[in-house]
Amino acid sequence: MLELKNLYKTFNPGTINEKLALNGLSLTLKEGDFVTVIGGNGAGKSTMLNAVAGTWMVDEGQILIDGTDVTRLSEHKRAAYLGRVFQDPMTGTAATMGIEENLALAKRRGKTRFLRPGITRKERDEYRELLKVLGLGLEDRLTSKVGLLSGGQRQALTLLMATLKKPKLLLLDEHTAALDPKTAAKVLEITDMIVNRDHLTTMMITHNMQDAINHGNRLIMMMEGKIILDIEGEEKKKLTVRNLLDQFEKASGQEFSNDSALLS
Amino acid sequence: MDIMSLINALPGAAAQGLIWGIMAIGVYLTFRILDVADLTVDGTMCTGGAVCIMMLMSGQNIWVSMLAATGAGMLAGLATGIFHTVMGIPAILAGILTQLGLYSVNLKIMGKANQAVNSSKYDLLVSLRNIKDVPFYQNTILIVAVFIVILIAVLYWFFGTEIGCSLRATGCNPNMSRAQGINTDFAKVLGLMISNGLVALSSAFLAQYQGFADVNMGRGAIVIGLAAVIIGEAVFGKIFRNFALRLFSVALGSILYYLVLQAVIWMGIDTDLLKLLSALVVAVFLAVPYWKAKYFAKPMKRGGNTNA
Repeated sequence: MLELKNLYKTFNPGTINEKLALNGLSLTLKEGDFVTVIGGNGAGKSTMLNAVAGTWMVDEGQILIDGTDVTRLSEHKRAAYLGRVFQDPMTGTAATMGIEENLALAKRRGKTRFLRPGITRKERDEYRELLKVLGLGLEDRLTSKVGLLSGGQRQALTLLMATLKKPKLLLLDEHTAALDPKTAAKVLEITDMIVNRDHLTTMMITHNMQDAINHGNRLIMMMEGKIILDIEGEEKKKLTVRNLLDQFEKASGQEFSNDSALLS
Repeated sequence: MDIMSLINALPGAAAQGLIWGIMAIGVYLTFRILDVADLTVDGTMCTGGAVCIMMLMSGQNIWVSMLAATGAGMLAGLATGIFHTVMGIPAILAGILTQLGLYSVNLKIMGKANQAVNSSKYDLLVSLRNIKDVPFYQNTILIVAVFIVILIAVLYWFFGTEIGCSLRATGCNPNMSRAQGINTDFAKVLGLMISNGLVALSSAFLAQYQGFADVNMGRGAIVIGLAAVIIGEAVFGKIFRNFALRLFSVALGSILYYLVLQAVIWMGIDTDLLKLLSALVVAVFLAVPYWKAKYFAKPMKRGGNTNA
């Protein structure tokens, strides 16, 4: 489904801020994999997702989605294959546009846009039904500006937008990190529901080890731009935070020093 | 101070305000919808008139001339768009570069700094002679007003289409737009072209109205456009929520600007100071949202409602 082959990326090369963010990263995802990604700050988690999304081009290596080489494809063209939810609830939606208009934008992802109506009556009914499933009462507020919604509502809506046209790959970049614990749990619940319903291949970055263990069928840990731990299937089901930390220390040869990951 | 002289001057001011209203709608599209302050318009506000006048003088039909003027404006927008998207130049600087370049282009179009047409020799659509004592269907105010209504209707339709929605999304949130497969570079270029096309159309009207095109006629146009946008929003923002009505309020804002300007002139202010006054008024109005956010901000709850 997704193949990352030997990716390299250096930010600010030749300056004092030079940072090797991806250091020969390779990863293969199978159809229907739900991978959770953990790692300390600066480990390259978000960099990996942005490389797949095409936010910038990688320096070296190859990215294949479903056998198609997308390495040099621009961000908006690659969007046809991808659904994305970002850490900041502000990033995923257009605040000055209505809920239905945001959904209508997402509905047309991967299609050429012409002078046809930006939203049709038939779509409205469809969106109302889809919003009902979220259980947030958004189905009665179709024309409300998204800027009026809470962070959790916006993330739930972004999730819906990311999956409205079934993506080949769903990228979740710490999409619950900016929410309070109760809201985060609700958004994660919606995530699981949608991923299972549509059998989506998913990569989810999280700072929360427990979430990483509880969700998905595969877990990878990153450090210094590489994958240092890759656990799946039965072995993943038996994981606890304690033995994940032990495995991290074994794999990396150092103490896990990220407080936020330990505490949450 | 003779009140009759003011009243006599008001229809002319309203006509000018309406003509600049088309220009202000163009500024609104870039400034509010694309979230770009496009300084190209200072140049385009002459290019449109220059093209229109020269086409008329070479014997072209008035409609063809105005269409060509609009097309010339769109090309100017295209130039700024290419500077910005292909060459990565910040939008404001890209606009300044095009504006500077257009100064030469405008001179070359006209062959000299000023070209006049005699409104009795040419079949003009609008003129400052056609304000009073003409049949109503020849009245400049009516003709420009009808034009504005048609333009607003077309823009209202356009910004409801798929392409129009992608333009709005690009201005609101480019990251999200790209994630939803929108070519934000294309959207920006298209927006700049539409905006400058409108400005050039306004310029073509203005040149006919005053009977000449002048290489300096666009100087400070952006400030007048912004003033119209801001006045329109300040006066009608609370009642006009719909997109078409917002565009309408921009045109009304432009009329108000010219009416106030006329009143200020009537009160006997030194006209050399008018541009300084305009600049200061616009500066203060632009500062209002910033001050509001800084000094009167309501505390925001982080993370939003718990029931989400």
